Amino acid sequence: MFRRTAPTDCAISWNGVEIAAREGESLAAALLAAGILHFRDTAVSGSPRGPLCLMGACFDCLVEVEGEPNRQACLVPVTPGLSARIQAGARAPR
Amino acid sequence: MREVALLVLGAGPAGLAAATEARSQGLDVLLLDENAAPGGQVHRGVGEFYRPSADAPGAAQAREGLALIEAARASGAEMRGGATFWAIEDDLTVSWSEGGTAHQARAGRVILCPGAVERALPIPGWTLPGVMGVGAAQILLKTAGLVPEGRTWMAGQGPLLWLYAAQLLAKGGTLAGIIDMSPAGAWRQAIRHLPMALMKPGPLLQGLSWMRRVRADVPVIRARDVEALGDGKLRGLRFDGREEAADLLLLHDGVVPNTQVTRALQGCAHVWDAAQASFRPVLDEWGNASLPGVMVAGDGGGIGGARAAALSGRIAAIEAARALGRLTAEQRDAAAGRPMLRRRSEMAPRAFLDALFPPLGMDRVADGTVVCRCEEVTAGRVRAAVSLGAQGPNQLKAFLRAGMGPCQGRVCGPVVHALVASSRGIAAGDLMPLRTRFPVKPITVAELATLK
Repeated sequence: MFRRTAPTDCAISWNGVEIAAREGESLAAALLAAGILHFRDTAVSGSPRGPLCLMGACFDCLVEVEGEPNRQACLVPVTPGLSARIQAGARAPR
Repeated sequence: MREVALLVLGAGPAGLAAATEARSQGLDVLLLDENAAPGGQVHRGVGEFYRPSADAPGAAQAREGLALIEAARASGAEMRGGATFWAIEDDLTVSWSEGGTAHQARAGRVILCPGAVERALPIPGWTLPGVMGVGAAQILLKTAGLVPEGRTWMAGQGPLLWLYAAQLLAKGGTLAGIIDMSPAGAWRQAIRHLPMALMKPGPLLQGLSWMRRVRADVPVIRARDVEALGDGKLRGLRFDGREEAADLLLLHDGVVPNTQVTRALQGCAHVWDAAQASFRPVLDEWGNASLPGVMVAGDGGGIGGARAAALSGRIAAIEAARALGRLTAEQRDAAAGRPMLRRRSEMAPRAFLDALFPPLGMDRVADGTVVCRCEEVTAGRVRAAVSLGAQGPNQLKAFLRAGMGPCQGRVCGPVVHALVASSRGIAAGDLMPLRTRFPVKPITVAELATLK
């Protein structure tokens, strides 16, 4: 759904799968450029979500970054080798 | 604790201009922004990834942004990117986090430049992945060079919709169609503001040229209601009984002041702006809020656009220099004379634009439509809660948790507010806005524990 007009220069990992990215762009931009729309499942009903605003306001782009949950993908800059995963719904009670 | 004369929050046009002016008045300045690079939303990626060719739509604005960024960099202000602000206390102690570590500084004066956020346009299915804001798509263009491909639709109204459409076409992107939801008779209300707007005709002529360029290439269809269809992701649209396949739907209904911070400040007065259907902090002509030492500049104090924002930032910094003993009142008045005049001129088209694109009301939102995306609360449940006695957005939290999810009401706040007002049959301005609370961005306990 999006096409890049500039080259990529590094790779990151999404759910363990390597995707191409450009250093310094947001993680959200890298995922969208790779055709990934589904960033998280909601905590309330488990329905799929992707980014709405890309400016830090909507919190619909929450993902797990390097094992840390609830990171706003639109505010996380891409670094080579960055590892991120889908954020799956509500956390199980411990 | 670290002390600083002036702390500026937000490195968009207002914050950049405020920091630059304050430095030239001899103040030490700390400028914080959540994003890695300065520029705010309007100048995102400027001077880095976003370098439009001289004749591209938006190129003049990008040049102005670059000048603001370069001036702030050369001013000697300390500019910190990736700095997520989360609290201000009464003594102007400001708290923020960088890379998981919390910091604090006490400021002599604070200029808040929180900018604007896109007004939510709730339609059935807008929570599906593949439905985004027009502003979001523009950020992807400016910061990563991403252009939509496949069946992309836009729906809604407002100047940004037409600017972005022109920008993406200039970049070689394609649009399947634009669904124009603007009220059909709006120009009749707008026309009386036209003489005023023509004092500053540049932006209007530019807007018309974008519209012409877009209409030449893209079907524009008027419709009142739009529905996003799909299962797990967007697959199509339905508008006025017609169905179309879609891969991406971009929504827009103008922008509103971001008052997330000012509403969290106890005693900071706000006023309802009927033309822009939003709250804004009560400010004097300098940008002083109703709390001592707190100032607001730019769109966060009322929508005026990037140029007016930069002028407001400059004016606020001149007043801050007076408040901090660097200028006498006479010197301040002399220094602010020209920027004040220029700001008045920049604001000239605003009443016309506000009347031309009146925010789409909430009466049209169907009961089944989700309005609070975080807590997944529908318009029908809000209406039912009002009939059970919920008086306003703050009481509604106890009924439905609307506004209590991770976005803290940033998206649903104005929507729920308008819904409650229309359900109760009262003016939106007579209803208390959703109270926000510090920390205005979620922080971890581990982050908090790094405070010394």
